[in-house]
Amino acid sequence: MNKKQKRTLLRIILSFVILAALMVMEKTGAAGISWDFPVGFLLFLVPYLLIGWDVIWKAARNISHGQIFDENFLMMIATFGAFGVGEYSEGVAVMLFYQVGELFQSYAVNRSRQSISELMDICPEYANIEQDGQVVQVDPDDVSVGDVILVKPGERIPLDGIVTEGSSMVDTSALTGESVPRGVQAGAEVISGCVNGSGLLHVRVTKEFEDSTVSKILELVENASEKKAKTENFITKFARYYTPAVVIGALLLALLPPLITGGNWGEWIERACIFLVISCPCALVISVPLSFFGGIGAASRIGVLVKGSNYLEAMSEMRTIVFDKTGTLTRGDFRVSGLYPAGRTEEELLELAALAESYSDHPISRSIAAAFGKNVDTGRVQNVEEISGHGIKAEVDGKTVLAGNEKLMGKFGISIVRAEQAGTIVYLAENGRFAGTVVISDTVKPEARDAVAQLRDAGVRREVMLTGDKRSVGEAVAAELGLDQVYAELLPEDKVDRVEDLLKMQSGKDKLAFAGDGINDAPVLSRADIGIAMGSMGSDAAIEAADIVLMDDDPRKIAATMRIARKTLRIVKQNIIFALGVKAAFLILGAFGMANMWEAVFADVGVSVIAIINAMRALRTK
Amino acid sequence: MKKKFKLADLDCANCAQKMEDAIKKIEGVENASVSFMMQKLTVEAAEDRFDEVMKQVVEVCRKVEPDCRIQM
Repeated sequence: MNKKQKRTLLRIILSFVILAALMVMEKTGAAGISWDFPVGFLLFLVPYLLIGWDVIWKAARNISHGQIFDENFLMMIATFGAFGVGEYSEGVAVMLFYQVGELFQSYAVNRSRQSISELMDICPEYANIEQDGQVVQVDPDDVSVGDVILVKPGERIPLDGIVTEGSSMVDTSALTGESVPRGVQAGAEVISGCVNGSGLLHVRVTKEFEDSTVSKILELVENASEKKAKTENFITKFARYYTPAVVIGALLLALLPPLITGGNWGEWIERACIFLVISCPCALVISVPLSFFGGIGAASRIGVLVKGSNYLEAMSEMRTIVFDKTGTLTRGDFRVSGLYPAGRTEEELLELAALAESYSDHPISRSIAAAFGKNVDTGRVQNVEEISGHGIKAEVDGKTVLAGNEKLMGKFGISIVRAEQAGTIVYLAENGRFAGTVVISDTVKPEARDAVAQLRDAGVRREVMLTGDKRSVGEAVAAELGLDQVYAELLPEDKVDRVEDLLKMQSGKDKLAFAGDGINDAPVLSRADIGIAMGSMGSDAAIEAADIVLMDDDPRKIAATMRIARKTLRIVKQNIIFALGVKAAFLILGAFGMANMWEAVFADVGVSVIAIINAMRALRTK
Repeated sequence: MKKKFKLADLDCANCAQKMEDAIKKIEGVENASVSFMMQKLTVEAAEDRFDEVMKQVVEVCRKVEPDCRIQM
């Protein structure tokens, strides 16, 4: 509780005690005085002013600023009305009740805000830098590119950089939601916002603080509430028309019946006041954005950045998802996935391939070297010749070795066993004889199958894959993962056309999402209703272009985000229906004189508090 | 130029909306947003006129929600 809230609490307690004492004295007649005007009036005025002076002050001040119909004014009118008709204790009690509600409401809102901002508390406060042999703490803003910073065990890495010295495990959970520590040593890239484990790290800074990952993420999340969902905009607009409408309604209620029937003015004015108190739109105005903010907070807790409430809303209506294959459903790096030796062991085949390819820096050569795992004795390799578009010819231990595609084998007249596998095929030959086949392919992410199934459970009706690869490769992956449709052999610009076609097939409110790794697919990301990028931990292009960023590239998080979005929207709808329903009921009761001021205050602040507590559930979605 | 300010004692979402509407109407303000959740005000205005515009922003805030202070 902050200072202001504590002061209010004290005032509430004090005036409650005084009010209770006065009421007891009035009922028992202990003081032996007349409780009518002016003595009773003056006595009850003490707790009234104690609890209500700021409301009256604000009402007066706001009127002078041209803001007439706010809550303060309504409460002032209502309680003045009670005093006017001689119901002193009720006047005080209503004001007291109102303040209790307000206090509770402000406490609840602050708590929710804090628990969400704590989640975002990934901002490093300082950086350690070595100056004249001494380690000093400086503002991360003052560190420039090229400086070497020290990150002690347990500290948050303040800026993006490359480790120059030391090794440690870093915890990336603040960014990815997954607390799997990652090992780093000299030469490894580290990202700001991660927490250093047990080792001391020297890090050469590669980005200014402003451009570092942590600043980018914070900016994104902070700006997220600026992009408002349709529901939020609806509420804002609604409040704009609703308030004057209710005020006019209350005026009519106060004037018309007594004019027509010549009835009791006091009673109808009281009813109009009750009507006004009930009508305050605060429950909606607070709880709807709070729910969305909670939903965005819940998403960032699992390492998903949602750039605005509107995207969360769209996610809840997602019916079609289009995946880019490489980097999204597959790892995007090429690995040896099959060895088919001819007349030798798999090991020997792999060694032969590694030797032949040892002088090349082609991605295929690198993946063969990675699969081989051991150091290659390049001394055994001579006369390496790269035949462009075909492969490599080299002498290994004095024997002529060929490594390349079908064309290379054809060129040297070598008969091969053709491989049927999807992927890149490297044929090998030794001294003019076929030696075997190495198949290199992009491997499917182990979690991709699960991701596709989870999305289907979450209500996605069509799951499509786009790829630039050969049809056979694309279809193999699609079948393995259980996708509905695959468009293969696409050029990057074809992807936009395919997504356009799919968008046309959508009906009504259904939304289409595109998930890609952010490389070459920025136009598609922005064309789709929802662009989901694999963040690959710091790929700026992806983070910029997309609406939703998966920090750890795990496609299962798409379904998880969808569940969060659904729950958030459900909470928003509950709050709207609950708040408007209760208000409508009390408005009718109030108009017919069946609701008193107490119930009116409950319909205002009580409903707000319940709606706020309900809104906080959005944050706790798993 | 876009600048962000922290808001102290902004404790009503409706007022935040009112503040935002009022600030947007100030001449010279290209865009503005008041985030109740982050307790932040973002103002976009021409660089050479920024200080002058900000004075009006402060004035408008004082009118709409006198409890709330802009920390500069």
